[in-house]
Amino acid sequence: MSVPECVELIYREAFLLDEGRYEEWLQLFSPGGRYWVPLSRSQGERDARLSIADEDMDLLRLRVERLASGRAHSQQPASVMQHVLQQPMLGEESTDTDTRVFRTAFTYSECRQDEVVVLHGHYVHRLVRLDGQWRIELKRVNLLNAASRLPMIQLFP
Amino acid sequence: MNLKQVSSAQIAALVQGDKVHKDLYLSEELFAIEQRELFGSTWSFLGHASQIAESGDFFTVDIAGQSLIVLRDDKGEIRALHNRCAHKGAQLLTTESGRLSGRFLRCPYHAWSYRLDGALAAYPLRSGYENTGLLACESGRGLSPVAALHVYRDFIFARLNAGGPTFHEYFGDVLPTIDLMVDRSPVGRLEIAGGVLRNVVHCNWKLYLENVNDSVHPVSTHESAVRAAQAVARDRGAEPMPLAFEQILPFGERYEFFEGMGGKVFPNGHSISGTRFSVHSGYGNLGEYVKDLQAAYGEERAKQVLEQAPQNTVLYPSLAIKGSPQTIRVIRPIAVDKTVIEAWNFRTVGGPDLLLDRALTYSRLVFSPMSVVAHDDLHLFESQQKGLRSGPNPWVSLHRDHVPGESDQQTVETSGTSELLMRNQYRAWAKFMTLNMKDA
Repeated sequence: MSVPECVELIYREAFLLDEGRYEEWLQLFSPGGRYWVPLSRSQGERDARLSIADEDMDLLRLRVERLASGRAHSQQPASVMQHVLQQPMLGEESTDTDTRVFRTAFTYSECRQDEVVVLHGHYVHRLVRLDGQWRIELKRVNLLNAASRLPMIQLFP
Repeated sequence: MNLKQVSSAQIAALVQGDKVHKDLYLSEELFAIEQRELFGSTWSFLGHASQIAESGDFFTVDIAGQSLIVLRDDKGEIRALHNRCAHKGAQLLTTESGRLSGRFLRCPYHAWSYRLDGALAAYPLRSGYENTGLLACESGRGLSPVAALHVYRDFIFARLNAGGPTFHEYFGDVLPTIDLMVDRSPVGRLEIAGGVLRNVVHCNWKLYLENVNDSVHPVSTHESAVRAAQAVARDRGAEPMPLAFEQILPFGERYEFFEGMGGKVFPNGHSISGTRFSVHSGYGNLGEYVKDLQAAYGEERAKQVLEQAPQNTVLYPSLAIKGSPQTIRVIRPIAVDKTVIEAWNFRTVGGPDLLLDRALTYSRLVFSPMSVVAHDDLHLFESQQKGLRSGPNPWVSLHRDHVPGESDQQTVETSGTSELLMRNQYRAWAKFMTLNMKDA
């Protein structure tokens, strides 16, 4: 079992985001990686439905590039974030020896000067082993209040 | 409970020929008058008939602080009723949408029941009301319908107050924009699909709506998103551009592009930006579907339908349409400095899945709370809301391409970057704020 290694990866992912180490964060994903914030928990991976975010590696790079550019008006002042994770739970979908699925409850805070956005929910991480290394193939962010009226969420829940 | 008297002359003075007063965005008192007057006498978009496809289907919606039930009755008619029990005011329905279990609306509080046209059908302890004034007063008449309701090609609109223009007087020549979008379906039918994105923005609703017509801002406002997209696109080299990049990169067009795309204003605040072309022109790859459209409408109409891709059409004051990519934004003022923006998308019945994909992708990229394009917009609207409070200058400038004596409330063609599109919104604002005002 490689569960401890996978759990470490999930904690490390949140840590790199909190530290703003985006380039290293991107390296955690597999080449076909997906970062996805669906509108509902029942939404299927290929449904023709809206998402709050649905990023392949190109779109994630776009976000990271923009944040790093110093030209983003909405980042004057810059936002900072803090993830608080519960112990990741190994999901039953982890049948294949090179694929593991984890569910992790989280609280996410994003702060910009005097404004704080707090979000709750759980992640579904689908991790794959490529050349002996575990990588993120899918990070699904199931927000508790995805259907609510939401303010700007500028970083990465 | 009258608000302090504001005269129509005072309101008219806030909208000058080439500038508007900052109180339009900042005054809580004006906001309260807007809710009653502007949103009372104009036509607001409620929703789409496909949301209530079957008898008994309903959705609820708040317009100008008033909760409405929009439903399809047992005869298939669409109705809009105030969501307020005639007895003590409880809301009959408190969910966003659903299907009624029978042919009545029943208040959960004291079991007063209403037919789907709103008429009071039953209430407990009926004998206790004999010889009382109930049936002679408003409460005996049941649920109040909106003053006027009109369904245009499945788009449901309402006017809340009794006084005001008819639907066709109000929208007039801007309605063919809806036709152009609906006729993208070979059978002339659209369906809401894929859910709705909801944003809360801490700015006055007019700052948002004004921006829908602002094609000068992308160059500076969206610089960071465009440059980042260009950098990633460069790294992709010769690989074909994915849909998302096809949609983001055109935000990097220069001033000349936006100026040349053309604009048009209509009486009552409505407008089209991008009459000649827009950032949405040139979405290709439609294949067989083009033939289906030609078969349905003839070659000329099919060409017109496919080529018309304005940047935005504003159906003042609540709706902004993108005919391609089949997305609408609904603007709902909540407070003087708080606005909800919803993005809804359409499936083209009989058209390819690609059209819905484009709509969903565009909405997600540009209208989501996580959109890197919208972040810079919303940041600036919220910054205007704060900045306008400052200093001795009370005016917001709308001078670009202003001509002294500019005709008021006419259909006029202009450039894509003319602030006439915004002046036209504010002239309509002043008109409908004061339409039913009886000055002392």
